[in-house]
Amino acid sequence: MLSIHTLTVSYNDHFAIHDVSLHVAPGEVFALIGPNGAGKTTLIRAVSGVVQILSGSVKSGGKDIRELSNSERARLISVVPQARQIGGAFTVDQTVMLGRTPHMNWLGRPSEEDLIKVQWAMEKTAIHHLRDRRVAELSGGEQQLVLLARALAQDTPILLLDEPTNHLDLHHQSQLLNLVCGLALNDRIAVLMAVHDLNLVSSFADRVGLLVDGSLVTTGMPKEVLTEKNINDAYNTSVQVITHPETGIPFVLPDRK
Amino acid sequence: MRSHDSLKQMSAKIKAGPYFVNLSLLLLALLLSVAIGAVFIPPGTITRIILDQLPFLELTPDWPDSFRVIVLSVRLPHVVLVALTGAALGGSGAAFQGLFRNPLADPYLIGVASGAGLGAVFTMAIHWPETFFGLYVIPIGAFVGALATVMIVYSLARVGKTVPLTTLILAGIAVGSFTSAMTSFLMLRSDAQIHRAISFLLGGSPVTGWEPVLVVLPYMAIGIGLLSLSGHVLNVLQYGEEQAKQLGLSVERAKMFVIITASLTTAVAVSFSGVIGFIGLIVPHLVRIIWGADYKRLIPLATIGGASILLIADMLARILLAPQSLPVGIVTALAGAPFFLWILRRAKTEVFW
Repeated sequence: MLSIHTLTVSYNDHFAIHDVSLHVAPGEVFALIGPNGAGKTTLIRAVSGVVQILSGSVKSGGKDIRELSNSERARLISVVPQARQIGGAFTVDQTVMLGRTPHMNWLGRPSEEDLIKVQWAMEKTAIHHLRDRRVAELSGGEQQLVLLARALAQDTPILLLDEPTNHLDLHHQSQLLNLVCGLALNDRIAVLMAVHDLNLVSSFADRVGLLVDGSLVTTGMPKEVLTEKNINDAYNTSVQVITHPETGIPFVLPDRK
Repeated sequence: MRSHDSLKQMSAKIKAGPYFVNLSLLLLALLLSVAIGAVFIPPGTITRIILDQLPFLELTPDWPDSFRVIVLSVRLPHVVLVALTGAALGGSGAAFQGLFRNPLADPYLIGVASGAGLGAVFTMAIHWPETFFGLYVIPIGAFVGALATVMIVYSLARVGKTVPLTTLILAGIAVGSFTSAMTSFLMLRSDAQIHRAISFLLGGSPVTGWEPVLVVLPYMAIGIGLLSLSGHVLNVLQYGEEQAKQLGLSVERAKMFVIITASLTTAVAVSFSGVIGFIGLIVPHLVRIIWGADYKRLIPLATIGGASILLIADMLARILLAPQSLPVGIVTALAGAPFFLWILRRAKTEVFW
């Protein structure tokens, strides 16, 4: 269970995140949406413990993350970063093994359990056949799967993803998000992810939070949040929202002017 | 592109036993280094002279007694000191490259080596050690110099709670230039030591015999030992500080550990062998190309490789203008500078990093 309570983060003199409260239950996929600069990435970073919190709290299983050491926190919360800094010279299995860092000592010698978890993470993400390849040689979609596998090897009850589908084609977008949803459901992981593509959000997220200028404007099921008014106001544009005739999920189409 | 492909094939072939390959190369370099000099002593004879020293082995000497003296009292201590120095430079170079995530980093970059040089020359200028125990003061002086430099650089570079690597490198260059200037100034002021100090700074050992070896050995063992324990944390640091934190590493503690151990190792190397450039740059880079980027392996392999490469450079230094011998720092700089430029060009095109 991830609980964010009246969280405020400031950069210089302005609030990057202002008074945000939200909860993500085990098994739930919560998507953060909002225009560029609304604070999605900052919120993810704050929850992961790398940004200083001004006030409010982030709790996992009742523990305030600020009172935890890096390794204690990393046993509760794992992060799939935007695939920019990926350590391309490492091989795939070296990379996934580094996800075991919070469970290892200073020397990083893998235990039996570490090897089992790494194996499991690579099988889940179907990257087993790539294990000896260097990460730099892989395609963007494969690299994103490697980073997901690294986070899974970390074996945490909370998983954060920062725009995991950026630069991926349709096949990889759907593969990655199906995987994340399956993990949430089967392994009871609480997932918080920042996503740009609103239609992916409506297909894959259980709940959605709309961030504008660092504040959470509204939260709810995709069909509650993804309304024409909400989106037009938040993104300062004009869209049409159409409801899928069978599944009832909303689809967002930008207007052509 | 083709040269890279053949490089990859070549590296695939020798991937099998990196430690075996490296240790064999080191053994070969050690034997050749002892063999080569004003008189050539065959490696077979060298092996037997050394074996003869073992208490339980009694060999009938079939070599002149002068060979025994040359091998045991002159060449062997020199060669062992060179090997230890190379090992220290290779290992600490790999650690600094990992810490700064920069293929061009080496002990000189953050001013550590210049600081250690200043510490060592300062110690010598105060009082040239006449006794064996006096020698112990030089590495301590160098270590104090190196550590003080690192601390100054570190605090200058600090922004808020963290130390961004770019400011660290800039501060290192500035402080390094300052300490180098101070060293030159000290040398100009102390006429009596000037010759020794100049040859020292060009990478020529100012003292010979077994004493310096015995002095550096304990420091080296600690420094290199601790460095080879930091492979895993260096691996994690390759993702940058933010991801390293998210992966559960105590980033500031890890950085301090690596900086202090690598500075100690550099300082010991500098204290008796002077300022020798490029070994800490070339060796880790070659090891990374051939055996990959895993620091758990890279640090020990760069340590062994550093010893071999510096031995080879030292042999060249003794052969090229024989009977005169060049300071080894000149050889490493002549070979290293073009290599540096090659890395710089490669860095644009290939992702070995």
